[in-house]
Amino acid sequence: MSGSVARLLTALALALLAGTAPAGEIPTAERRSGYDFMSRETRTMQDDDTANPGMLGVLDGGALWARKTGAAGRACADCHGDERASMKGVAARYPAFDTTLKRPVNLEQRINLCRTERQRAPALAYESRELLALTAYVARQSRGLPIDIAADTRTQPFLDNGRAAFYRRQGQLNLACSQCHDDNWGKRLAGNTIPQAHPTGYPVYRLEWQSLGSLQRRLRNCLVGIRAEPYEYGAPELVELELFLMWRARGMAIETPGVRP
Amino acid sequence: MNRETSRRTFLQAAAAGLGLGAVVTVAPAHATPEAMQDAIRKVVGSSRVSKGRVKLELPPLSENGNTVPLTVSVESPMTPADHVRAIHVFTELNPQPDVVSFRFGPRAGLARVSTRIRLANTQTVTAIGELSDGSFWSASAAVVVTLAACLEDA
Amino acid sequence: MASALVNVPPRARRGEIIEIKTLISHPMETGYRRSQLGAAIPRDIIRLFVCTYNGTEVFRAELHPAIAANPFLVFSTVATESGTIAFQWTGDNGFSATESAAITVD
Repeated sequence: MSGSVARLLTALALALLAGTAPAGEIPTAERRSGYDFMSRETRTMQDDDTANPGMLGVLDGGALWARKTGAAGRACADCHGDERASMKGVAARYPAFDTTLKRPVNLEQRINLCRTERQRAPALAYESRELLALTAYVARQSRGLPIDIAADTRTQPFLDNGRAAFYRRQGQLNLACSQCHDDNWGKRLAGNTIPQAHPTGYPVYRLEWQSLGSLQRRLRNCLVGIRAEPYEYGAPELVELELFLMWRARGMAIETPGVRP
Repeated sequence: MNRETSRRTFLQAAAAGLGLGAVVTVAPAHATPEAMQDAIRKVVGSSRVSKGRVKLELPPLSENGNTVPLTVSVESPMTPADHVRAIHVFTELNPQPDVVSFRFGPRAGLARVSTRIRLANTQTVTAIGELSDGSFWSASAAVVVTLAACLEDA
Repeated sequence: MASALVNVPPRARRGEIIEIKTLISHPMETGYRRSQLGAAIPRDIIRLFVCTYNGTEVFRAELHPAIAANPFLVFSTVATESGTIAFQWTGDNGFSATESAAITVD
């Protein structure tokens, strides 16, 4: 057993034995962004646009937004015009149902659908610098707006899958997301404070990554952490979990580009 | 620090393909406090280093060793006759002791710089201020560095 | 494409000490990391940052691998005259980036 697994098990065992943690959903009034669990220095890093390393990605994204590309020779700006108006509120309602694919797609997939179908350009690879930059740029236009995911008849089955995944024990450590993020948020796990896992700042500049990264990267990171097989990028299971997490965080403000430890 | 190139890790890497270029951080032999003293001596020569005048601000507990905010300053009138020539920052347990050297002149206004550094372990960081009169001053600060709970690579 | 964010106050009074913030995109690869299959990843860092004010150097920083990725520097200079404050970053593998900002000093 590696050192990090032993540490994780011990810390979790102690946390669970320490007291009767309330099980179940976090009441709406008690929901807090990961921002609230960070140190003053890291919060300052997020708050200051001239010091937030995620803003470098937003800067790159702005350049990509204006660049003509693909067989159609179109820039995002050519169809969408001023992003401050056209993209306002968009990130707050993703993942969203795509009527052609008949399933929800996340913002990265939506951008790639535009690229392949409208710009007739190749899709950008998941976690590529370009896709992260464009996603950050689009999501930045929703900063401060409340997450607005509504469950309707079309999205409900996918939302239910995501919810089931959140509460399902999995991996060699046999842990469910809810055990850390519903039942033990605010407690410490090997030097970090466990957040409630609301995806308010994505794509996020994670100090551990030293770069911007997507919510899917973070979810895969968690799956590796509990020693479960991580789904491939773009897998429907990950999109369903994203959908559930965004729904769980509905009403909370978008912070993109967030900074997190 | 052990590096487990286990079969599972290898398979994971193979499955991930190029992906993110998954990496593991393997700490080589650390620099020692002696190596730091050598690095400091390269800067100050045989001059004496006195404690004081330098203010080093670091969080006592860093959230992530990859990015630790640091502010270092030296009180000085910053005139042509009396100013700070340089501030050098060292660590005792990073793979190498040098972190950064800042060089000022009277046009700086303030000998005060903020940046973000990497710390490989819990350790003490030392800043040496070099004044225009040739004197050297130092300050140190200890920082606790923890690993992230769920590492990305197994 | 190295992107940089610099923050220089657009106006200042003569003699005022102004604070300048710079943030540049760069991985600052330490040279100490290895891939999962054991291959060493070579060092690739920014080594030098120089700030000039109407051509005169006013601040410099010599960086080592212990500077965090996407180097962030906040420093001061005296607003002496109107003109251009310029920034240059140079490093391994021929890395070179420049940025500048105009300042009006009254």
